[in-house]
Amino acid sequence: MIAQVSGTGIVEYLTVFVLAAFVGIEVVSKVPSILHTPLMSGSNAIHGIVLVGALTIMGEAHGTAQLVLGFLAVFLATLNVVGGFVVTDRMLEMFKGKPNERPPRKSETTDSGDPAP
Amino acid sequence: MMAASLPLSTVRDLFYLVAVAGFILALKGLGSPKFARRGNQLGAAAAVLAIAFTFTLPTLRHSGKNLVLALVAMVLGALVAVPVARLVKMTAMPQLVAFFNGVGGGAASLVSIIELLHLHSLGLKPAVYVTAEVLLGVLIGSVSFSGSAIAFIKLQELITGRPITYPGQQAINAVVGLAIGVLVVLALVTGNIAFVFVLLALALVLGVIFVLPIGGADVPVLISLLNSFTGLAVAASGFVLDNNLLIVAGTLVGASGIILTRLMSGAMGRSLPNILFSAFGAVITATGGEAGDASRSVRTGTPEDVGVLLAYARKVVIIPGYGLAVAQAQHTVRELADALTARGVEVFYAIHPVAGRMPGHMNVLLAEANVPYEELKEMDEANPEMSTADVALVVGANDTVNPAAITTPGSPIYGMPIVHADEAENVIFLKRSMRPGFAGIDNELLYDPKTTLLFGDAKDTLAKLVAAVKDA
Repeated sequence: MIAQVSGTGIVEYLTVFVLAAFVGIEVVSKVPSILHTPLMSGSNAIHGIVLVGALTIMGEAHGTAQLVLGFLAVFLATLNVVGGFVVTDRMLEMFKGKPNERPPRKSETTDSGDPAP
Repeated sequence: MMAASLPLSTVRDLFYLVAVAGFILALKGLGSPKFARRGNQLGAAAAVLAIAFTFTLPTLRHSGKNLVLALVAMVLGALVAVPVARLVKMTAMPQLVAFFNGVGGGAASLVSIIELLHLHSLGLKPAVYVTAEVLLGVLIGSVSFSGSAIAFIKLQELITGRPITYPGQQAINAVVGLAIGVLVVLALVTGNIAFVFVLLALALVLGVIFVLPIGGADVPVLISLLNSFTGLAVAASGFVLDNNLLIVAGTLVGASGIILTRLMSGAMGRSLPNILFSAFGAVITATGGEAGDASRSVRTGTPEDVGVLLAYARKVVIIPGYGLAVAQAQHTVRELADALTARGVEVFYAIHPVAGRMPGHMNVLLAEANVPYEELKEMDEANPEMSTADVALVVGANDTVNPAAITTPGSPIYGMPIVHADEAENVIFLKRSMRPGFAGIDNELLYDPKTTLLFGDAKDTLAKLVAAVKDA
């Protein structure tokens, strides 16, 4: 049931929150700039998981106002989660095999990567 | 107790935990070129798993009409999202991310509001901390929603990309901020839900006035920040619903989004406060640069002249910008590079970190045109070589080669690292018009004696250059 009376759960949830914040910071501390855009787009898709919240609330909704708002919430959250993952995949499709999996690379060993004549 | 007899709610929570682990691995993967795509797919799988197990909720399963409505909304959402995400041009990617982010913020805000309505309709008075969680979710989610909407409109160029300032801006911001503070206190003390709706309206206004003064070139950093906000709004709705999955996923995005925002503003050589608040009081510098450019003379050339110059050069550096993307000229530019390489000219691309509209955007566009990875050089790698280049060919870029970033302390882009096109022996600009770049400021390099301008659509001009190089 939803916590509405006591404050027992709140400290546990705060603990989870703080730990998750540290994980979030740690995980993206070193990202090459070419991946900034896909990372932004991918994390954008992850917060689309608010759909789970929208569905949960939809199960309990009573009355027209809650149903209309709930319908809207589910619709918007679905846009976020589906569109987010699809568009990120499309972006990353372009990076296929790059740069680590490319087989022959003349300039691999030189620092500048400059194929000078 | 045997595993088979675990209560369904525990099983569901366990699968939520699996999804959480999936999200963390997804973020980790997205940060590495090798695993990025797999990371994203893993994230999608985790989301599907979590959503599927949400349907085991007895309240949802036995809710009849509600369940049908939820399924209809999901199907509609997917029917809109998939074609949009697949068909929108790569150049419009930043707007699209802003759009998906905004709707997520809106959803998070709605979830918090509905839960509050629900508690009230049951005749329960929520604890103060629950009200606080709802207020946070509504506030952050709504700011993200309306802020993303304005960012979308700016990127789509439905309104000017320049910072929008107006008289009394700071006073208005102060009043809105103060009103929000007062409302939060009132709502917490009285528990009256009418205040929550007023707060919702004011938060939407706040999102708009927060984004309007931010210049177009900075909007990608802003979207990253709003992305982080939406994450936090989702976390807040997780607190409201006592749902660990939402708390962790939202917080992960919130925290990583802040770091990413800092990385992105760092790539532009700007601090975050500078990006967010520099327009205030800087009205004169932002618009003053444009005056007088009509009277100054520039040198224009013909594609034939420039073709010969390119064909007999030893080293040519191509500096692509958003204009190249808009003209869909990434394939033609590759043809030109191939024609030059065939003649023994050394060619490489100098990629500014924010070329295009977002960090890494240009890499995506050029990868789409199958430009060999070895020919792409990041700005820091390219700059030391600029002084040895015979020709810097600037295709649809402007702000990213504007020396004002180094020479003019009052300029809005002052401090942003640039590609040093001005150090090359000759500079060729392919431009559509004398219109200033996205940042809305004039570029001294256009008037430099060693600069030649080729006006016209980038794709047409490049095609003419290819022909000229082949004839030379």
